[in-house]
Amino acid sequence: MSIDRRDFLKLAALGGGAVFASSLPGCASMGYGGQEDFYFVQLSDTHWGFNGPVVNPDPRGTLPKAIAAVNALPVQPDFIMFTGDLTHTTDDPAERRKRMREFREVAATLNVRNVHYMPGEHDASLDRGEAFREFWGDTHYAFDHKGVHFIVVDNVSDPAARIGDEQLAWLAADLAKQPKEARIVVFTHRPLFDLAPAWDWATRDGDKAIEMLMPYPNVTVFYGHIHQENHHMTGHIAHHAAKGLMFPLPAPMSQPKRDPIKWDAEHPYRGLGFREVEAEEKKPYEINEMPLVKA
Amino acid sequence: MDKTRRNILAGSAALVAAGLGLRAAAEERVIKVVARKFVFLPGEIELKVGEPVVLEFTAPEVVMGFNLPDYKLRTDIIPGQVSRVRFTPDRKGTFPFLCDIFCGDGHEGMSGKIVVT
Repeated sequence: MSIDRRDFLKLAALGGGAVFASSLPGCASMGYGGQEDFYFVQLSDTHWGFNGPVVNPDPRGTLPKAIAAVNALPVQPDFIMFTGDLTHTTDDPAERRKRMREFREVAATLNVRNVHYMPGEHDASLDRGEAFREFWGDTHYAFDHKGVHFIVVDNVSDPAARIGDEQLAWLAADLAKQPKEARIVVFTHRPLFDLAPAWDWATRDGDKAIEMLMPYPNVTVFYGHIHQENHHMTGHIAHHAAKGLMFPLPAPMSQPKRDPIKWDAEHPYRGLGFREVEAEEKKPYEINEMPLVKA
Repeated sequence: MDKTRRNILAGSAALVAAGLGLRAAAEERVIKVVARKFVFLPGEIELKVGEPVVLEFTAPEVVMGFNLPDYKLRTDIIPGQVSRVRFTPDRKGTFPFLCDIFCGDGHEGMSGKIVVT
């Protein structure tokens, strides 16, 4: 990471822009060389097309607001990752595509051109990812960036929340090409582990994916779906859920139903935000949680 | 034993077995549950500890799922078919269940509870 970026972050923190900056467990030793420092931004659960003024009276303004915040970052990220639920679900295939088209137009206003997308169940579960693929291609894929191997796992195109044997075989083959010391980041929409099965916050065969990842000591998972920060360890693997960008949800099993948290006119956009993830060689990832609106 | 008598005995045994089977089945309380967008009807099911039950699910619209995590029970519910879940509650409490197959805008609220006394 350049000294400029460090200075900018310090300034942002002093001004209240960064609410949380901490080294999180799960990737304390990074022995795999050849990495340049960089950072990326995770945006999640934008639910374009959602209509529910009680929880968000500004559904068409929230994503542009987030994009403006990202565009205003003093140092632009290397890339941006949208971890699913780009659009809010609809039974109407034409309306689904209209929402995706509009989302794509709004997302195109990001200054960063290197943007990756993956589906959430709202985008893909009712048509098994058909419309998503028309706009953004494969629902699962891998890419490399400055010494880190990124794997996008689709656990939503099957409406029963399964990764599926075919994709698991692809994952096994992809991992087999990586050295054991590789720095691996996995993006999913749903949690791979049983965070709250009674709220459908789980992946039915997520344990198989975790088992495949376990032999690799440097694996971190970033996901969405639950519209709030959450940090969890399965063995040495850290799983970090991101805030959403339409409405927050209650803490896992903190109430009988997972109803969205109502809009607070005193604190508009509270609970919404995005995150920066800093990747520095031989250091833990540093996660900066950025609120959409400063407190 | 002649063939006729053997057949009669075999038939009687079969009837007894069938009768026992019917009696065993009759001991299970059958509860019909309809899964439709985006509710289970009924949404609250009252059971007794030790009472064997069969939950019979139908879904008139789209594929749904029934998942009772605390008992690790689940089934797909496919339109045109009856899905059955047999179990005997072994502890008192309130146990949430949910639809675990994404079925549209409202899926997240599709849940219910089993109350065991």
